[in-house]
Amino acid sequence: MTGVEHYLSIFTKAVFIENIVLAYFLGLCSFLAISKKIDASVGIGLAVIVVLTITAPINWFLWEFLLDKGALVWISEDFRNTDLGFLKLIVFISVIAAMVQLVEMFMERFSQSLYNSLGIFLPLIAVNCSILGGSLFMVEREYTISETVVYGFGSGVGFFLAIVALASIRYRIRYSNIPPRLRGVGMAMLLTGLLSMAFMAFSGIDL
Amino acid sequence: MELFNSESKKIISDPINVNNPISLQVLGICSALAVTIRLDQAIIMTLAVVFVLCSSNVILSLIRNYIPTRVRIVIMLSVIASLVSVVDELLKAYLYDMSKQLSVFVGLIITNCIIMGRAEAFALKHGPSKAFLDGLGNSMGYGLIIIIVSFFRELFGAGTITLPDGGAGYVLWSIPDSWYAAGYENIGLLVLSPGAFIILGLVIWIQREFAGVEEDA
Repeated sequence: MTGVEHYLSIFTKAVFIENIVLAYFLGLCSFLAISKKIDASVGIGLAVIVVLTITAPINWFLWEFLLDKGALVWISEDFRNTDLGFLKLIVFISVIAAMVQLVEMFMERFSQSLYNSLGIFLPLIAVNCSILGGSLFMVEREYTISETVVYGFGSGVGFFLAIVALASIRYRIRYSNIPPRLRGVGMAMLLTGLLSMAFMAFSGIDL
Repeated sequence: MELFNSESKKIISDPINVNNPISLQVLGICSALAVTIRLDQAIIMTLAVVFVLCSSNVILSLIRNYIPTRVRIVIMLSVIASLVSVVDELLKAYLYDMSKQLSVFVGLIITNCIIMGRAEAFALKHGPSKAFLDGLGNSMGYGLIIIIVSFFRELFGAGTITLPDGGAGYVLWSIPDSWYAAGYENIGLLVLSPGAFIILGLVIWIQREFAGVEEDA
């Protein structure tokens, strides 16, 4: 596979076939809590796209030039066998927390309207598993930098699609006659199961 | 004994039953689903969460009077991340097969909302011994649910029951060939992701029937 086609395949995979919520169960806490309202879902979906697209490449650079085995060779040949991989989790989560803070400050300064609509969701995103999961998968699958950008963006779009879809379904069934103890999270889980089944149909796509 | 008075008992038993972190507080679902394909994975994951949650609760409760409120999130994250790194390295050293199967989900214990949630809601306000009990109760409540879900997913999806051992898992029981010969079939859907969502949805429903909790909308 060459050039554009290869990246298109990574993107489609991240959005549909290996959707970060529906196939890997990441980011479910906010997914379930926020999908009660459609406009809030659109807000957090956009915030996840922005943060994932920024943090995945930053973590890639840190992994490639600081943490991986032999990554420190650019300083001196003595570090050929140094492996800082065990610091991966701490470094990644700090980068994510710091980036979320930065994005929030940046938005507040330059786009007041975007800040007002996304502002309250940004702090929540620091502990959204899909962001950390994105970085960890990027390491595990040994993506290159450009693949990482495409993958991060694609995963964000996947999250956006899934949460908006679930929010719309929950909005539609608001007045349905659901058994009282199944209302809320129980029903949301069953709906997510059906959504996930629908997305499995995409696994036939081969790019 | 302070440890066994009725208040301590309540701190432990509430989160297992009427205030379960997964089915009632709806925290920590992400990792709950991913590791429930096989029973042995769920058991190891439960042990990891018990360790991380108890230790993080105790550590944070010991230093709670020295943490400035404004930077508490960062401090909580770094304590939790260090503990999770310890678990990750231990698994790689002693249970390598298991750590390959759990892949990124051990690391994702950091962002498990149960741990941050209990630190924020309980450990920063109570003494270490109570915080320990709270951690124990909540992690066991979490474990109970994922063990139930994984038991059903493995039994009906793959037709086996696997317990953890040093290597790839010890098969305790599997559905005998004569059943398959008689026309029994595994439900393949349960092994895939939709099965996890649906089983957990049903478990939440049943648990709420017993706990008597209702939610509107």
